[in-house]
Amino acid sequence: MEGLETVGSALLTLGLVAVAVALSLYERLDLEKDIGVAVVRSFVQLAAIGYVIDYIFKLESLGAVVLLLAGMVGFAAWTSARRVRSVPLALPVAAGGIGVAAVATLGVLLLLQIVPPTARYLIPLGGMVIGNSMNTASLTLTRIRDDVAEQRLKVEAALALGATSRQAVSPILKTALQRAMIPLIDSTKTTGIIFLPGAMVGMIIAGADPLEAARLQIVVLYMLLGSVSIAAILVGLLSYRSFFTPRHQLQPAPLDR
Amino acid sequence: MGLKIRISGLRYAAGGVEILKGVNAGVPEGGITSVVGPSGAGKSTLLRAINRLIEPTAGEVYLDGSPTSEMDPLVLRRRVGMVFQLPALFGASVEDAVLYGARLAGRSADVDRLLKMVGLDAAFRGRDPQTLSVGQQQRVSIARALALEPEVLLMDEPTSALDEAARRRIEELVRELNARLNLTIVLVSHALDQVERVADRVVLLAAGRSEGEWSKEEFFSGEGREQARRFISGRL
Repeated sequence: MEGLETVGSALLTLGLVAVAVALSLYERLDLEKDIGVAVVRSFVQLAAIGYVIDYIFKLESLGAVVLLLAGMVGFAAWTSARRVRSVPLALPVAAGGIGVAAVATLGVLLLLQIVPPTARYLIPLGGMVIGNSMNTASLTLTRIRDDVAEQRLKVEAALALGATSRQAVSPILKTALQRAMIPLIDSTKTTGIIFLPGAMVGMIIAGADPLEAARLQIVVLYMLLGSVSIAAILVGLLSYRSFFTPRHQLQPAPLDR
Repeated sequence: MGLKIRISGLRYAAGGVEILKGVNAGVPEGGITSVVGPSGAGKSTLLRAINRLIEPTAGEVYLDGSPTSEMDPLVLRRRVGMVFQLPALFGASVEDAVLYGARLAGRSADVDRLLKMVGLDAAFRGRDPQTLSVGQQQRVSIARALALEPEVLLMDEPTSALDEAARRRIEELVRELNARLNLTIVLVSHALDQVERVADRVVLLAAGRSEGEWSKEEFFSGEGREQARRFISGRL
């Protein structure tokens, strides 16, 4: 960790960000503002969470851990729901999906005594579960929203043939869940060959035994697969209703004729 | 001839825009009623109100005298089938596509007979619907609606995506189904020549309001002639 002891050295890596900004400017990708916001936010957030976790480690209170994880779920749900402002009830839907995914997977790890109930394990693992579930929730929600808008005719054709909302939306739901889960399934398949996952990288750099790092990484991957599936399915099943009325009608689209 | 469908004071608004502003019309049983009007008049919306694909904000649609607002929409839609501008077929084979609605209802249907009814050979059964021409796909979509043995068939500009030859063949099919099955048909069309060839009755819609209803003869040469002329000249 010698090389990362000062904030200054972390700032040196900003040079790499400059490459991204330069590319954005050169190709007129219009992403420089987003990159800037991302850089500043990640710096502030990571520094802050470092202090918070340090504080919670010293507290040695499980209640504080749960509170922190709950806060992370809330923030993740808010972030996810903001992507799909037009979808009613996106926030509770995302919160439900991400929250249940976190509780279920961390709960299993604790019940089976795969990890001890300490802040040192629960906070980083919880962070990974919540972060990945958030990405899945966002992907699932945006996909369903876009597909329902694009395939109104197909949905209406199914409804007109006596399909329920659920039956009419099921092909869309299926693609959305596939699209949301494929990235993680693929990275799980290729893990260790194409790239070393974050948790393992961190442990090896921090000086842990590579075999121990691999063991924890396997736990992490399986946990993520489980949580991402739970989040995707819950978000899918909870959100599709908001595109329909209880009488199996599509909600009117803007400028419906 | 009694009325199969009666539309009374129907209004529909979405996103702050009122699309139907009071529509009154009747659809005689066993006839072909054509809904005509300029684009944006609310023709497709009116059709969707009949099988409750949309929920009217006011007014009522009666089927055989009973208010459709009180019916289970799934049951209603099995009694009142619909064919859209584009076929939107589901499934990997024509057979799957034809049986989609029937299977959802837990019913079976004679696919060969249905295909024959819409002028397709039984050999089409195993074909991938995506390999058919749009005209053939539209026939499959009509067979799919007929598989539920509906009492009414709503058709939303069913020939607008077809070439002239396919259009004429679908028009013949519509007349044939109407005669053979005593099927009540509501046909939305923007082409008056089609209306003249196919329809028995005409309902004229403009800016979300019903402007009147006539028999075809009245509309084209009798008391509805003035309205028809205004519509054709684009003054409605």
